Formats: sequence, C-alpha cells, structure tokens
Amino acid sequence: MDNPKETSGFVFSKESLKKKFRLSEFLSEKIITGVAFLSIAIIVLIFFFVFRESLPIFSQQKAVVKVEHAEKQEQYGVAADSTQTNSSGQEQYGVTSNDTMMIEDQAREVDTVVHGSDRATAKSLLGKQWLPVSDNPRYGLIPLFVGTLKITLIAILFAAPIAILAALFSAAFAPYWLREIIKPAIELLAGFPSVVIGFFALMVMASFFQNLFGYDGRLNAFVGGVAMALAAIPIIFTITEDALTAVPKTYTEASLALGATRWQTALFVTLPAATPGIFAAILLGIGRIFGETMIALMATGNAAMIGINPFESVRTLAATIGAEMAEVVFGDTHYNVLFLIGALLFVFTFSLNAVAEFYVKGKLVKRFQGKQS
Amino acid sequence: MSKRKSITGGLFIGATAFSAFLIIAIIILLLVVIIIGGKGTFSWEFLTAFPEDGMMKGGIFPAIYGTVLLVLIMSIAAVPFGTITALYLAEYAHEKSILAQTIRFAVRTLATVPSIIFGLFGLGFFIKFVGSGMDDVFLGGQLKWGQPNILWASLTMALLTLPVVIVSVEEAIRTVPREMREASLALGATKWETIKRIVIPGSRSGIMTGTILAVSRGAGEVAPILFTGAAYYLATLPTSVSDQFMNLGYHIYIMATQSANVDQTLPIQFATTMVLLLLTFTLNLAAVIIRAQLRRKAK
Repeated sequence: MDNPKETSGFVFSKESLKKKFRLSEFLSEKIITGVAFLSIAIIVLIFFFVFRESLPIFSQQKAVVKVEHAEKQEQYGVAADSTQTNSSGQEQYGVTSNDTMMIEDQAREVDTVVHGSDRATAKSLLGKQWLPVSDNPRYGLIPLFVGTLKITLIAILFAAPIAILAALFSAAFAPYWLREIIKPAIELLAGFPSVVIGFFALMVMASFFQNLFGYDGRLNAFVGGVAMALAAIPIIFTITEDALTAVPKTYTEASLALGATRWQTALFVTLPAATPGIFAAILLGIGRIFGETMIALMATGNAAMIGINPFESVRTLAATIGAEMAEVVFGDTHYNVLFLIGALLFVFTFSLNAVAEFYVKGKLVKRFQGKQS
Repeated sequence: MSKRKSITGGLFIGATAFSAFLIIAIIILLLVVIIIGGKGTFSWEFLTAFPEDGMMKGGIFPAIYGTVLLVLIMSIAAVPFGTITALYLAEYAHEKSILAQTIRFAVRTLATVPSIIFGLFGLGFFIKFVGSGMDDVFLGGQLKWGQPNILWASLTMALLTLPVVIVSVEEAIRTVPREMREASLALGATKWETIKRIVIPGSRSGIMTGTILAVSRGAGEVAPILFTGAAYYLATLPTSVSDQFMNLGYHIYIMATQSANVDQTLPIQFATTMVLLLLTFTLNLAAVIIRAQLRRKAK
C-alpha cells in the first residue's frame, strides 16, 4: 500500500483496480494450461514415434523381390486347406507358413535375385504375399489390406443398419421409459472388453454360424465381421441418436402439422436432416473396426489370403501387429514393417476422425442454422 | 382427419423396434452364455489360487492381481492429468479459441486411435526411448527399464484412458451452477481458490465416474499391453514396477488361442471371461447410475 491516496480511506484509482499479481494464481493457470497441452503433445508423439520406428525400411538398399505368380495360386490352395483343421488363430498361422515354405524353396530356385536377404523395399510392400518369417521374407501388405477391408465391409453392413434403425426407434418412436432402458443398455455394450467379444465369437458364434451355413473353416471373415459389428454398434448408435435428437423440433412439428404420420416424419424429415451426423457415426464406426485387434486376432483365422469369399480366413492389419510384434527381433525389417502398418493405421483413423469432425460438423451446423434463420 | 394406419409405416416402425431389441437381446445372450459357461468353475478358490499344471488347472489370482495393479498405476497417472485438462477446457479456455479447439480435437482423436497403436507407441516411446535412455544414463547400459514391464504398460494404458476421464470430468464441471462460482468470486476468492473450493468438490461425482469408466476400460483392453508388459505365465506376483505381470484379458486371449489344450481348459476360460465381464459390467453400470443422477441434478 505505498499509494498515499489509499491510506486515507479507499479510493478507486487506475492503480487499485488493476488485477493484482498473485503467484499462486499465475502458477495454477500456467500449470493447468501446460497440462492441457499434453493431449496435443501425445498425438504428436504417437505420430512421431510410430513413424520413426518404421523409417529404416525406406532407407535400406533396394532388393527386387520377384515372385512367381503360378506358385502363388498353389499357395492359397494349401493355406485354405490348412485352415480347415485348425481352430486357433495362432496355430493356423504357423501351419500356413510351414506349408508355404515348401513352395518357397521351389520359388527360390527361380528367384535368384534375392539370396535370402532380409531387405524389404517400398516396392515389395506392394506385393501380394505376407510371409515375414520365412527364409525369404516377403512383406506384401496387399493381403492384409484386402483382409481388413473385407472385414470392415462385412462388419459395417451388419452394424450400420441395425444401429441406425435402433437409434431411430429410440429417438422417434420409443416411449420415454423404454428409451431410458435402451440407451444405457447400449452404453453397457460399449463397455464390454473386446477380448470378451472375441472370446464369445471364437467359442460360441463360430460354431453357431458353422452349423448354420455349413462351411469348412470355423474361423473366417464372416464370424470376425459379425463380432466386430458388436463392437461398432454402440458407437454408431450413440452418435446417430445424438444427431437425430439434435434435429430441431420445428422440423418434426412442421411435418406433423402438414399431415404426415410419425413414421413418415421420422423417415423423410428427421433422418435426412441428420444425415451428416449419421455419416460421421458410420465413419467412426469404420475407424473402430479398422483398428480392432483382439476380435480380429481371435475370430478371423489370421491367414493372409486374397479373395472375395466372406467365408475365407483373413488377416487384418491390426491383428498382424498384435500377433507378430511380440516375437520379432527389435530393429529387424519385420519390426519396422509392423511399425509402418501401425503408422498407416494411425493416419487412416486420424483422417477418418478429422473428416467426421470438420466436414460433417460444419455441414450440420450450416444446415440447421441456415434453414432456421 | 383420421390417422391412417399403413402397412409400410407399421413395417418400418417394426423394423426399428426389432433392431433395438435385437441389440438388447445380443447383450443379454452374451452375458447369459458367458455366465452359464463360467459359473461351474467359478469359486472363491478360483479367484485366490495360482494356476497349476501349466495353466491347465487352478485359479487366476496372479491375473487379477496384475490387472488391479495395472489399473491402479494407470489411474494415478490418468486421473490427475485428465481432471486438469478438463478444468482447463471448462474454466480457463475460451470456447472459440484455437488452442481450446485444438485440444478438444486432440482429445477426440486420442479417443479414436486404435488401441494397438498405443501398444506400438508404448513400445517405441516408453520402452525403446525412455526406458533404454534411463538404462543408458543411470545403469550404464544394464537392461532394466528398457524392456516390457508393468509401469510402461500402465502408462500406455493411461494415455488410452485419458480422454475417458477428460470427457466425464468436463461434463461434471459444467453442471456446477454458475451462481456458486459467482458467489465465491464476489466474496473475494480468486479464480484458483474458487476452482479449489467450489468447482472441484462440486464435480467430485464426475471425477469418480471418469475414474470408474477409465478403470473399466483399462481392465478390459488387451491390445496396448500385448507387448508392453503382459506375461503369459509368472510363478510369482510382480513386486516392483519393473516386473512383468499377468492380466485377465491377456490370460483369456492366451488360453483361448495359444494354450496347449484349448478344449480341456475351456471351463477356466469361460470362468475367466466371466470374471472380466462382470468386473467391467459392474463398473460401467455404476458409472451409468452415477451419471444418470448427475444429469438429473443438472436439470
């Protein structure tokens, strides 16, 4: 209080109204802001470290890996046969690569360029064979991509219609009390660990579908896809439900006032108005399925095959990381390729999320505000 | 004008109702199948005994112990950081500022990053970078921290559960009435004092919900710990944070896919799955109930 004016009774001055500097305030604000930065830092660090471990692939010397097409055909035949006798994903993978070893020996006679070198190049990543643990390792990512896309397609075909219809029921038709049961119940499904869903698929669903359809391989893309749909349904449901309830009441009221029935209003007014939100829900659902590891490891059979048959075993990108990372030599090409797969997965889900976030939200806001005002 | 009953309308509403009930039915079916399969083996002894005969017999105590330890260390890391980030977003940040929006985007991104990526990050960052770095600096290259252990697994899991905490706590902070903050400030309290005395106590239930949800998530996730610390079988319990550990979810995965005799251990697998499912289910149910009360209070 060195200001003489203040000693003789309180007088408001420019000086006394100024915010006083308090160390505790200053520190708490800076610390809280600093910690809040952590989330951004983590994203950047994930990006950096996952990519860093995959970089050596691109700096290695080029070794052209030639693969004979005729042998590839044979190999899939063998792989498909071997899947029939096994039930566990891990074992199956071992058998597949053992069987292919024989063919591989033949392949090496033709293929003199390689000399059993452990060099993966950017070119061989586009190959059609994923054989990382053989004498002549090949890191073709195509079968893994095909497998992941196949399973994502199957899962989303099941999850999206069911989840969207259920959300519509909850948002437009269900009485209040029923809604208060459905929503928490589906939230609970979101809390089921994926390893539990994977176990359920492996032990119960696989046998059920095998009896139903009578196919040979117990574990395949179909079983895995349906199991993953269970994991994606809560996400799609919740976001769709939010989007549907966010549609302004004036829309539905106007529609009802014009003589439309409740279902017509729901189908032709509410649902179209919420399309961007539903689109976002599906995108995030795809992201969830794309990166799902445990269900893929347990229920898909894990043989890297290229084909459109949904009852064939597949190996997804995420499952490949999960199954092989624990056994690889650190710093090996195989190790780097697995990190590259991780980086690709990260970039993919990141972009899906970014699209869902910016494009869709902007559109939704514009649509509702633009029409209302 | 009478209400027209159309077949299409009936079918459409029927289809939506069917979808909703189908999901509920699957949830119930899953719970029932797992419980029926597991309850024969489930007993107090099963929970407290060590596995025997190469995991063909015995209990799952080390797996439960490891899981509890994992979520404990994880919560110690995730809850304070999550709460502080939520405080920033709700109390300090301007809603429209670029920084706040970037943090929000980062949090949402973090929530959608596949769990296996966290595992890779844990391996690349915690084990290979921080761990090996610590070994080089403090132990002169002797291998101690640069390998999978429960600390790195827990920290990896903490990153995964951070968004869960942030979202729950922020929601709770926003339910603290504005009048209470203003009253506190009007009485001469500073912003930090208001947060400390009014906002944090007022959002205690939200912090609890966030913790419960994070624990439930952390207990169930397997992918992040596959190569950051979970072990197939350990004869002893972990005694230090640099030890490896057994985990319920990992135990299920190993037993169901890599065990020597999958059929023979099927009852153990079902019982272990039942334990994990009931654990996460109860935690989530508690969170749902607390949250419902919180929302009612907010209205």
